[in-house]
Amino acid sequence: MADIAGVSTGEVRKPVRRGRLVPYVLLLPGMLWLVVFFVAPMVTLFSQSLQEGTVEEGYTFTGNVSIYADALQAYWPHLLRSIGYAATATVITLLLGYPLAYFIAQKAGRWKNIVLVLVIAPFFTSFLIRTLAWRTILSDTGPVTGFAQATGLTSLLQAVGLTATDTLLASKFAVIAGLTYNFLPFMILPLYASLERLDPRLVEAASDLYASPWESFRRVTWPLSLPGVVAGTLLTFIPAAGDFINSRLLGNTQTVMIGQVIDSQFLRVLDYPLAAALSFILLILIVTLVALYVRRAGTEELV
Amino acid sequence: MVETTSGDLRLVGLTKSFEAFTAVRALDLDIPQGSFFALLGPSGCGKTTTLRMIAGLEEPTAGQILIGDKDITGTKAYQRNVNTVFQSYALFPHMTVLDNVAFGLKRRGDKNATAKAKEALDLVQLGEVGRKKPAQLSGGMQQRVALARAIVNRPDVLLLDEPLGALDLKLRRQMQIELKRIQSEVGLTFVHVTHDQEEAMTMADSIAVMNGGNLEQLGDPATLYEQPRSTFVANFLGQSNLLRASVEGEPAANGIVYVTSHGHKLEVEREHLPHGIRDIWLGVRPEKLRLGPQGGPNQLQGEVSDVSFTGVATQYLVRMPWGRELVVVQQNDGSARARVGEAVTISWAAEHGFALDASQAADAGVEEES
Repeated sequence: MADIAGVSTGEVRKPVRRGRLVPYVLLLPGMLWLVVFFVAPMVTLFSQSLQEGTVEEGYTFTGNVSIYADALQAYWPHLLRSIGYAATATVITLLLGYPLAYFIAQKAGRWKNIVLVLVIAPFFTSFLIRTLAWRTILSDTGPVTGFAQATGLTSLLQAVGLTATDTLLASKFAVIAGLTYNFLPFMILPLYASLERLDPRLVEAASDLYASPWESFRRVTWPLSLPGVVAGTLLTFIPAAGDFINSRLLGNTQTVMIGQVIDSQFLRVLDYPLAAALSFILLILIVTLVALYVRRAGTEELV
Repeated sequence: MVETTSGDLRLVGLTKSFEAFTAVRALDLDIPQGSFFALLGPSGCGKTTTLRMIAGLEEPTAGQILIGDKDITGTKAYQRNVNTVFQSYALFPHMTVLDNVAFGLKRRGDKNATAKAKEALDLVQLGEVGRKKPAQLSGGMQQRVALARAIVNRPDVLLLDEPLGALDLKLRRQMQIELKRIQSEVGLTFVHVTHDQEEAMTMADSIAVMNGGNLEQLGDPATLYEQPRSTFVANFLGQSNLLRASVEGEPAANGIVYVTSHGHKLEVEREHLPHGIRDIWLGVRPEKLRLGPQGGPNQLQGEVSDVSFTGVATQYLVRMPWGRELVVVQQNDGSARARVGEAVTISWAAEHGFALDASQAADAGVEEES
């Protein structure tokens, strides 16, 4: 009996071992990609931040850690502003996107696919073009600004400090509006995915158990859609915090975001170590905030 | 906010139409407080729509729903003192079992919600699993949680939407007994929707048989079975042998009416005959038929075409000279069994026959129960 068992496992062993290798073989291209295009650049960037010199004369590694302190001291307002703008835009996309995602997932019926395509449609145009288009939309002589002025919206925005003048363009308002617009689909799609899985019978059950529409939203719909909310806010907040297009095209000198600073330090001022240090600071800041957020949202509760 | 009323549940002319399709047509029902009531019918007969209207999850096109004297037709689901055990259980997956059960009480602001929820879990013998999530429980346990979640609120009416449909046969039998026990313990009005005639007959005090949005017949299980008033009920609740017959002459003094079927003179009790009908289906249940003569005039000759042994009984198919096969079920009481091809006499007592209007299709309700 033992012999037979031994023989049979001996025969089976070879294909089993080959089978075990398959996952690693499949993982290899992706791992290689990450090593070449993520790990290596990160190491280079970190080392760059600790080098001194100029583009013309070349850089030498000096372990100049004080660059981080200098960078923080000079640019902490830009960092804070970036986080603030990104957080504001994320909250607005959530407020705008949730009802829309709920509608598409639960109520749209046969219109579902069409509405989903409409949500994704802006992606057919480049990010840059779309943001440039906002300059035209919000232009000082355009109908939107005219309407906002006529209804007193511009005065209101000015009063709360979102705009500096009686116009809309080149303001905090314009930058946040641009971020909101550009990242809205990133919020809607994950929300849609999790709301689509929501069993409407659970909402009926809540209603059957004396929960008013608001209570059933708060106790059932919202907690069950949390995975989508977390994914959507991350997909919106992270790229928005590092964005530099919106602040450059729609902002003014008072709305410069950290991405814009890094961009100009790298490409115009050519201060590579400072730009690298700022990149790292932003990275650590975002990772820390996201870690705190995900922990707070309680991934265990996410079904 | 929640109206607490008590008394009988009354449906008055309740109608529900979806565009061109009418799911429930002018339904009138009185369901006494504290009774175990079943709505029985094949899928698409309107029983679930009726249940959803009582729950407030569906708005009636016309008609009224009353509990006692209170008209609750216009109220929302969350304002009704009515709870449902859903077919899919619909337990909240992100809450513990205890939180699921306490949900309704908490929404009503009950201070002792948790304690009451624990009691309800004990009632369904699940006191130990309160801290688990629904997904960690078996189907039968989830079913009992759904039941506890509903009865803990002590609603005026508890609605059960095919609650045992997803369970296997053995568990289903167990839960039927359990449900019946709990119903008599808590004394609530249970309205149970099912397509399983056996389940309805086992559990309910009275049954409303529905078909195509209409109420076919209302009665206690024995009456429905012994005295069906339509071929649909005769076939949907158990099996029936239906013979085409016509009424001969006037009833005799002893209450017996003579009918002729395929040249045979047969007897039916007058009270089992619908008034003023001459062409009838004469129905007899398979277990009421006997192989061999019994002395009375109700005798037919045929040939055994199939024998199947089912344990407690043997089922025969007996082919009549006019081609139709009758089903005969005999208890396995030790008497000799007939063989295929054997010529036999089938007989039955006059009081076991029932007569139905011959204008109905003989096969209404057949095979629709599965």
